[in-house]
Amino acid sequence: MLKNRLATLLIWLSVILISAVFVVLVLDLVRHGWAELSLAYLVDAPLDAGRGGGIGPIMVSTGLILALTISVAAPLSLATAVFLTEFSSKNSVFSGIIKRSLDVLASVPSIVFGLFGNAFFCVYLGLGFSILSGGLTLACMVLPILIRTFSEGLRAAPDEYRLAAAALGLNRAAALRHFLLPTATPALIAGLMLAIGRAIAETAALIFTSGYVDRMPDSLMDSGRALSIHIYDLSMNVAGGDSHANSAALILISLLFMINTLSSKLAYHWMHKRITCL
Amino acid sequence: MFLSQTDKHLSLWLRLCTLISATILALIIMFLLAESWPLLKHGVLTQFISDESWHPAQRLYNILPMLSATLLSTLGALTLATPLGIASAMFNRYYAPSFLASGYRRIIELMAGIPSVVYGLWGLTTLAPVINLWHPPGVSLLCAILVLAMMILPTIALTADSALGAIPVVFHQTAAALALSRWGTIRHVLLPLAKSSIGAGIMLATGRAIGETMAVLMVAGNVVQQPDSLFDSVRTLTANIALEMAYAMGDHRAALFVSGLALMLMIILLAGLAEINKRSS
Repeated sequence: MLKNRLATLLIWLSVILISAVFVVLVLDLVRHGWAELSLAYLVDAPLDAGRGGGIGPIMVSTGLILALTISVAAPLSLATAVFLTEFSSKNSVFSGIIKRSLDVLASVPSIVFGLFGNAFFCVYLGLGFSILSGGLTLACMVLPILIRTFSEGLRAAPDEYRLAAAALGLNRAAALRHFLLPTATPALIAGLMLAIGRAIAETAALIFTSGYVDRMPDSLMDSGRALSIHIYDLSMNVAGGDSHANSAALILISLLFMINTLSSKLAYHWMHKRITCL
Repeated sequence: MFLSQTDKHLSLWLRLCTLISATILALIIMFLLAESWPLLKHGVLTQFISDESWHPAQRLYNILPMLSATLLSTLGALTLATPLGIASAMFNRYYAPSFLASGYRRIIELMAGIPSVVYGLWGLTTLAPVINLWHPPGVSLLCAILVLAMMILPTIALTADSALGAIPVVFHQTAAALALSRWGTIRHVLLPLAKSSIGAGIMLATGRAIGETMAVLMVAGNVVQQPDSLFDSVRTLTANIALEMAYAMGDHRAALFVSGLALMLMIILLAGLAEINKRSS
């Protein structure tokens, strides 16, 4: 009986502790970052190494890196997921090896992706410190996440759809286009949002691939500073950059929160649309 | 499997894309090995643990202090985050009134989504000064452990939560029929059932802690030394790479890639352990 009481007490205490830490963290960010926030902050160029001005070029670089990451990783992941779920048998050695390698890839530390991106994209392929190198490195990083969520989405489509399509004499390509991919759309969107969230939060993989330059990028071959790197640089390398670092962190968190909310809204919306048109 | 002509083409393309996806891991390992080769080719791996210190300019590459900082901070973070994470999951499943459960789960999910650089920033501006009041310098092994624990806690909590959720309701009913107390049910019936899934979550969290770079880099102080106490500044393997990559040349660069290889080795070992854990359950 005493043990039962004690366990209840300890569990409530840990939960209160965790919630308190979370609240303090969020309040600190808002308190320190709020003062500098304005529309001008979002579009202006940084001044004096980021102590003044805004984060305009940094937002552009971040957007370019993200767009590149997703446009490379999404088609590749979709093809891989379709192959693994629809075109290979469960016990085949080939797909077994591929699944293993993707599982390991998913747990590779981001700094190792940074090392690899620097050695492969920047030096070996000669892309240098550029948005292109950074985007491609992040594409490698989000690939296993995308493949996993895409596969789960496809696998969740009921087998009746596959059987019905076959009975109608449709080939697999048509079955995919008309039944399976539309059914899996909510999962595909959710996967994309997860990958965008992961990519936008990433820092370590970008330091040695897309670089530090905080000018407005002219092309994909220019170095561009991502938002997360801006936060890191302001707080570690720029004396007196803390308040601007907090503002940038507040913006990063709000972006992530928006992506998160949007993905669940979109998934819900699509789910309803699909059911009414079936 | 019968395939029409169109499907055969499609299948070929898909197989090609799949091969590309699968090659990335091999490419990563290849490039780590190739870049480490200038040092590895001498065949004296012992230099990474027997050199006097880490002084790349004098060709001394002892990575032991960094390795122990990585292991100590990971171990510390796990010690804190495991009980708290499991307690969170138990709260969600068995203790929370329903109006609190969903809100609390949302907090944990949000914590999981906060980027590491933001944890680092908070650790540096809020946590480190507090520790500094207690025992300077503030940026220390302890600060790294606390920040890491916050970062891996959601992983443990969310996996434990779904592990507990997957237990069939009949076990709850049987325990109730035996008049076990709430804690008795959890301790002797539910936790043993969920043990291996919770273990898998802990391994996942371990991998995250070993590989974490930015947050640790910002709060650990980055002095290369064997820590004597929790308040000493340390530098982890990952932080070392991030700090020195910018200017490393030649053998120094190779030494950093060797530490990257060491990280990969730990991650692959963990993946092996997770596989054994999965098979044995």
